[in-house]
Amino acid sequence: MSSLDSLYQQIILEQSKARYGADLPNEHLQGLHLPENVGQCHQLNPVCGDEITLRLETADDVVSGIHWAGDGCAISMASASILSEMVVGLERAEVHSLIESFREVMRSRGKLQADEEILGDAAALSGVSKFPARVKCAMLAWVAAEDALNQTS
Amino acid sequence: MPVASHAHPIHPSAQALGDDEVLRIRNDFPILETEVNGQPLVYLDSGATSQNPLSVMEAEQEYYEQRNSAVHRGAHTLAVAATDVFEDARSTVAAFIGADDNELVWTQNATAGLNLIAYSFGNASVGKISGAAQKFALAVGDEVLVTEMEHHANLIPWQELCRRTGATLRFIPIHDDGTLDMDAAAALIGAKTKVLAFTHVSNVTGVINPVAQLSAMAHEVDALVVLDACQSAPHLPLDVKALDVDFAVFSGHKMLAPTGIGGVYGRAELLDAMPPFLTGGSMITTVTMEEAGYLPAPQRFEAGTQPISQAAALAAATNYLRETGMERIHEWEAALGQRMVRGLEAIEGIRVLGPASGIPRAGLASFEVEGVHAHDVGQYLDAAGIAVRVGHHCAQPLHRRLGLNASTRASTYLYNTTAEVDAFLAAVAGVRGYFGVNGA
Repeated sequence: MSSLDSLYQQIILEQSKARYGADLPNEHLQGLHLPENVGQCHQLNPVCGDEITLRLETADDVVSGIHWAGDGCAISMASASILSEMVVGLERAEVHSLIESFREVMRSRGKLQADEEILGDAAALSGVSKFPARVKCAMLAWVAAEDALNQTS
Repeated sequence: MPVASHAHPIHPSAQALGDDEVLRIRNDFPILETEVNGQPLVYLDSGATSQNPLSVMEAEQEYYEQRNSAVHRGAHTLAVAATDVFEDARSTVAAFIGADDNELVWTQNATAGLNLIAYSFGNASVGKISGAAQKFALAVGDEVLVTEMEHHANLIPWQELCRRTGATLRFIPIHDDGTLDMDAAAALIGAKTKVLAFTHVSNVTGVINPVAQLSAMAHEVDALVVLDACQSAPHLPLDVKALDVDFAVFSGHKMLAPTGIGGVYGRAELLDAMPPFLTGGSMITTVTMEEAGYLPAPQRFEAGTQPISQAAALAAATNYLRETGMERIHEWEAALGQRMVRGLEAIEGIRVLGPASGIPRAGLASFEVEGVHAHDVGQYLDAAGIAVRVGHHCAQPLHRRLGLNASTRASTYLYNTTAEVDAFLAAVAGVRGYFGVNGA
């Protein structure tokens, strides 16, 4: 597989178009008056213009919903889509641990092989870690989710 | 002591630049031999930063090997030699843009130059200011006018200046094809206009603005004209006097020179009247514990130790450009630009920003690939060895006006060949298929 193909694996191209969870309505973009079990975060990568507003809903310390609106490259959109498929139903600690595992792989400059048992479809994004300029794209939704989760109680 | 000259032959300006000569020119640029991802590098990002010829690198090395010392201080032999290099470089670069020696101030780059101008205007707007410096003072009710196509470097310093002084920032809009709305310009330029700051060539659309016409309109109402020549000084014959601008800025690294050097042109009587921006050593006459007197321009604006080797290198760069011929370089790049636009227009799902093919533009093209984000386009091209710029190119308002967040930009220089443009076009034709966009 060429390094370009390892970056843009089929599953990533599909997820970048599927955009699971990309259903945050416009009127929710401001994120005003959120109840305690809902957190929301806006992330922007000013280098390339990738942008996401992501909302996490929790119930009894379990993620019960994820909704986002965003625009960006295939990597950032696929990453947000994959994350959205993975986190619903996970406990708070499990989400934090998932994000930490993902971050570790992303920061490894290609040295760490992602464990599919832990990262599921997100393991397909491990090729991104060989492209330092693209790591931020992949991390965008995950950073937003982490912040949104920390806002909830 | 003269700065280093180089061996590149002088060509009669009547003879157009062509691929054969460009292939010889490329021998002067070692980095163009680089392989990227197993492919020969196709460098189409000179609008961001250009490559340096050997003569430029040699000028910098020669300075450090033979003349390195502090300038404008010290009486020893090396100090004199260094000062000669520094001031000869100023003469060379000033002549390159049609300015007199005392009208060129060294800066770090065009951004620093625009900030120098804006902050100097700001310094003329506060405290006790009398005499000729009052010409630069801004207050509530005054207007600073820019255009909708500006690089952030020629927008944000003016936003900040207006915030500090209470003046109002307004902008001249563009048409859908990226050209400036001259009717709107005529309506906006008026008695309140104190500054008109605009770019010579758009770094996104390649639009070439009618500088002399805009200068005349601004001078009609006694406004100061500030020209961003960042994308013109490297690529076309620039004569600041013929264009009748009051100030102009440019960056060395976009015109075959290293980073860390650029220039501000200012009409002599304006520079000598303008309050300084950075103050400190080397720019003063008499200093007491209470106050200081300032040297005339250009020293007035050159506080602290200056980028000396970079100035020598920039002079070598302008020699290289002058000997190749700016008119010939401009014509060659314009032809490459037209070839790119024609080729891009022929590819399904590509939208070129700026003027259509056949309409004059600089040798660059920014475009949108329907269904594929610019960042992914750039990654795909990089895998083919092709270096382009992706993003908003420091022109967010312009992109917003054209209805997008980001674009891909290919920008040429004197060392790019027709074959490189064709390799770029062939690669772009494969983008939508690779990303599986419907209809491709």
